Parts: sequence; structure tokens; C-alpha cells
Amino acid sequence: MRTILSIILKRLLVGCMTLFVVTIIIFGAIEMLPGDIATEVLGQAATEESLNAFREKYDLNRSLPARYLSWLGGAITGDFGISLANQRPISELIGQRAANTFFLAGYAAAIAVPIAVVSGMLAALYNGSVFDRMLSSSTLAAISFPEFFIAYILILIFSVALGWFPSLANVDPGTGLGERLYLTFLPAMTLTLIVLAYMMRMTRAAILNLLALPYIEMAHLKGMKRWRVIAVHALPNALAPIINVIALNLAYLIVGVVLVEVVFVYPGLGQILVDAVSNRDVTVVQAACLIFAATYILLNLAADILSIIANPRLLHPR
Amino acid sequence: MNEILYTLRGAPVSAWSGIAIIGLYAILAIAAPLLAPYPEAASVGAQYQPWAAPHYLGTDALGRDVLSRLIYGARNTVGIALATTALAFLLGATMGLLAATLGGWFDAISARVVDVLMAIPALIFALLILTITGTSVLALIFVIAILDSTRVYRLSRAVAQGILTMDYIEVARMRGEGLWWLIRKEVLPNAAAPLIAEFGLRFCFVFLFISALSFLGLGIQPPTADWGGMVRESAKLIGFADFSTWQTATFGLAPLLPAGAIALLTIGVNLIVDWVLHMSSGLKE
Repeated sequence: MRTILSIILKRLLVGCMTLFVVTIIIFGAIEMLPGDIATEVLGQAATEESLNAFREKYDLNRSLPARYLSWLGGAITGDFGISLANQRPISELIGQRAANTFFLAGYAAAIAVPIAVVSGMLAALYNGSVFDRMLSSSTLAAISFPEFFIAYILILIFSVALGWFPSLANVDPGTGLGERLYLTFLPAMTLTLIVLAYMMRMTRAAILNLLALPYIEMAHLKGMKRWRVIAVHALPNALAPIINVIALNLAYLIVGVVLVEVVFVYPGLGQILVDAVSNRDVTVVQAACLIFAATYILLNLAADILSIIANPRLLHPR
Repeated sequence: MNEILYTLRGAPVSAWSGIAIIGLYAILAIAAPLLAPYPEAASVGAQYQPWAAPHYLGTDALGRDVLSRLIYGARNTVGIALATTALAFLLGATMGLLAATLGGWFDAISARVVDVLMAIPALIFALLILTITGTSVLALIFVIAILDSTRVYRLSRAVAQGILTMDYIEVARMRGEGLWWLIRKEVLPNAAAPLIAEFGLRFCFVFLFISALSFLGLGIQPPTADWGGMVRESAKLIGFADFSTWQTATFGLAPLLPAGAIALLTIGVNLIVDWVLHMSSGLKE
């Protein structure tokens, strides 16, 4: 048990260090803007007083490390400062939107994960069958098609031609869960199709690797039933790689959501990030990037730690 | 030369279709001014014409010929993606090979920097930097090339480390060969196959990435014809598709044409990469 704890602690430490360095990079972005932010935003004609008032408001008079610490402290408690473009508190702008984004990603994951794991296992079991070959060609499509291509095909079929689902995912805080699930069905399907093939492929590879091992052959030779070999002998050992696959794809979902939100005009974090980048609203970009990057890093960290825990070999150190 | 022809003859159908697709795109890109019936950015007709002569794929919101813009898009989008990939490779492979050959502090520091760069999702990092630099083609190429070079660095470093344990490297070192000679004459030729395959994969990634940024309005800027941007411009049209006659139904295809052009090229490159990896088998699944 001691080794596994120390491995997990070490991984946690590395994860926290990465997160720390990433916050420094994201915070440093505002410093890299050419020229003085106050004159940049207010224009060359701004008076000395208004410049000073601006600096006061954005806390630009203090030293860099002091500002970093107060920004970080604010970010941890959910206060990201004020938007450069419209002077409103950022937490007000992004609070509901971040929740929407996580809802959409979670929705897609809830559809994609069970399908991917089950069909990946089936593909491994019936290796070389028609189903298996269909799966490999769908992987090619999934890595080749841009996200918006899949999205517009779905819109054309299910929204324009058949009229089953809306092409715009207009949700507001008052929308009920059932309505929300219906409105966001097409964006969730798009995300599902993007990650599904990867997840199936990786699950299949993980199980195929295992099935080639001698102890599985031994179980077969003992005359055990096929499903029992898979469920009792192979699955516990395949758990670690499968969990890893799922968490990595969830991390991918968090980023893929940006494009899908723009296609479906979904009021999420990705949409506001893209708008802020074109307006060069640095403080909002920082906040959105921090949320995306932190989620991505934490999911990767979770993947590592879960696969360490799920690895039976580490539980019984020699 | 004979050897190449011999290998090509043995190529499977999938690889041949990949070669055909890439060949078609190359011809379109190189001969764009000759093939396109209308200029790239001039408005040549009424807006939103359906698919009929002389505008075989209709016109867009500004009355520009869609077919011509698709053809010019091959030149712009693919050209920029190719330049970016080449820069990423130059940077990543040089650093990776140097890190593996030199070892020591250079290796340690560059590996840490790459770890941190890869900890942030590429799209998020690119958006952060594009906020600072503003959107220009040059900024786009540099930002994506630097972000993408991290993956090339990892691969070339790993491959070179494997090669550097070989006896012939030891012999060359004892002979007193210099660093560049070692990399150029011993490491690079042996690392060629995985690096070529990686070039294809990186190109696909960069190409999709630039298209995605253009689609978001943050990549290649209008009036330059670019597929990602064309999807963005024609996206609203999809709602006007009406399946009663085929000419009104084509509005639904407006964003799908440029998006499909992107998808087809990526499929072509992937088919060839699969074949190259299969030939130099065992390196990737």
C-alpha cells in the first residue's frame, strides 16, 4: 500500500506544479500586450486622471508578483476581476456559461462513454469481423472530419430536412432539464461522434493487448466460457487502460466544445472565449482559458491517478 | 527511382486513392488561376445564386463565385498549413534531435518546457496568444508551428534516443565525428520513416486546426478565400434549404462543400500515412 500512496502523492504534486506554472503563463499573457494597457484601452487622448483611475480599477499600480497573487486568490474563490471591454465583473459574465459548457460536455460524455466501452469490447471479441472493420473505418472519418463538418451534416439531416431537433441551442437559466436535453441534443451528438471512435478504438486496443497474454489462453484451455474469461479474467486488468481512455477523451471534449458551441450558438464558455479573443478582451480570455486549462489538467491528473489505483499489480508490492 | 516505383506498385487501393486525392488538390492549388472561372475576391454576379451556369456552385453573400473560391481555397488553406507544418518540423525535429544527442541540461530544460506547453490544450493556448498578437497570417503560422513543434520534439527525441544506443553511433563518436555530422549522417537517415509519417499526421492536425480557427473568425481573414472561413460565411444558408426542388436544396450544401473539401484532403493524407506506417510497421499501432 505504501508504494501506491507515494506514487499517487508524487503524481498529485506534479499535477499541482503544472497547474501553478500554467496559471503563471496565463497571467503573464496580459503583461505581453504591447504598450501600456491603460493607454491601449482608453486611447492616446486619455487624460492623466482617467488613466490613473483606470490603473486603480484594474490594480495596475502594484508590482507584478503582488498582482499575480491577488489574481490567483480571486480566481480560486471565483472572482476573476473586471472585463476590459464592458467593465462588468467577469464572474457575472461567465458563471452561468461555464455551467452550460460543463452540462453539454457531461451530456455528451454520458452518451459516448457507455457506447464506446461496450462496442470497443465487442470489436475486440469479434476481432476481424465486419463490425470490427466498420469500426476502424469510422475512426478514419472521425480523425479526418472537422468538428463543424459533422455538426452541419447533423443540422442538415435532423433539423432542416426532418425538422426533429432545433439547429440553434437556445437555452437560458430558466430552461427545464427535459427541454434542455432536447435543445442540446444535436450539439451533444456532434461531440459524441467526435470522441466515440477514438474511445472505441482505444478500448479495443487495450482489450486486444490483454487477450494475447498467456493467462487468458490458460483460462480458455481450462474450458472456461468465453464471456467468463472476458468478464472475470480480462476486465479487471483492462480497467486501468479503459479508465485512462475515458478521462483523456473527457479532457478532449472540454476543448472540442468550443467549436460546437459556436456552430449551435450555444451560450457557453467557448462562445464567450471566442468573442473575447476577437475583441482582445484580455481579462475575460484569461478567465476562460484558466477554466478550460485547469479542467483539462485536472482530468488528465484524474486519469493518471485512477489508472494507478485500478492497476492490480501496484496493490500487491513484491 | 526503380525502388520507389516498385514500392508504389505494391501499394494497396487505399494508399492509391490517397495519392489520387492529394494529386488532385495539388493540381487545384498550383493551377488555381488557370482553373478558376472567376477571380478569388471579386463580386461577379447577384448574391445567393443557385447552382446553375455560369456559376456552377452558386454565389455567396457578396456575389462571389463559390467554385472559384473553393479552388483558390486549396491554394490558401493548404499552402498556409504546409508552411506551418514545415516550420513546426524544422523547429521540433532540430530541438528533439539536439536534445537527444547533446543530453544533459539542454535535454532536461527543453523537455520540461515542452511538458508545460503540452499541459495546456493547443486550441486554448492558441486563443490566448492570438489575443495578444492579434489575428494575422504570420502570427497564425508562428503560433501554431510553435505549439505543434512540441509533438514533433517528443517523437524525434524518442526515436533519436533509440538510435543513439546503437553501436555504429558509438563507433562514429570514437572516430571523433562532430555533432552535426552525427545527426545528419547517422541519426536522420535512420529516423526518416517515422518522421515522414509524423509529417503527414501533423499536417492533418495543423490543417484542421487552422480551418477551425478560420471558422471561428480568428484565422485567415477575408477576403482571402479559405475553406474554414467559407463555412463560417455560408453557415446561415443551411436554414434556407428547401427540398422541394434540387436547386433550392443546394443551399443546405453551402457550408458542407468547403467543410467536405477539408475532410477529403485529411482522409487522403491519413490513407497514405497508414500505408507508410504499415510499411515501416511496429512503430505505431
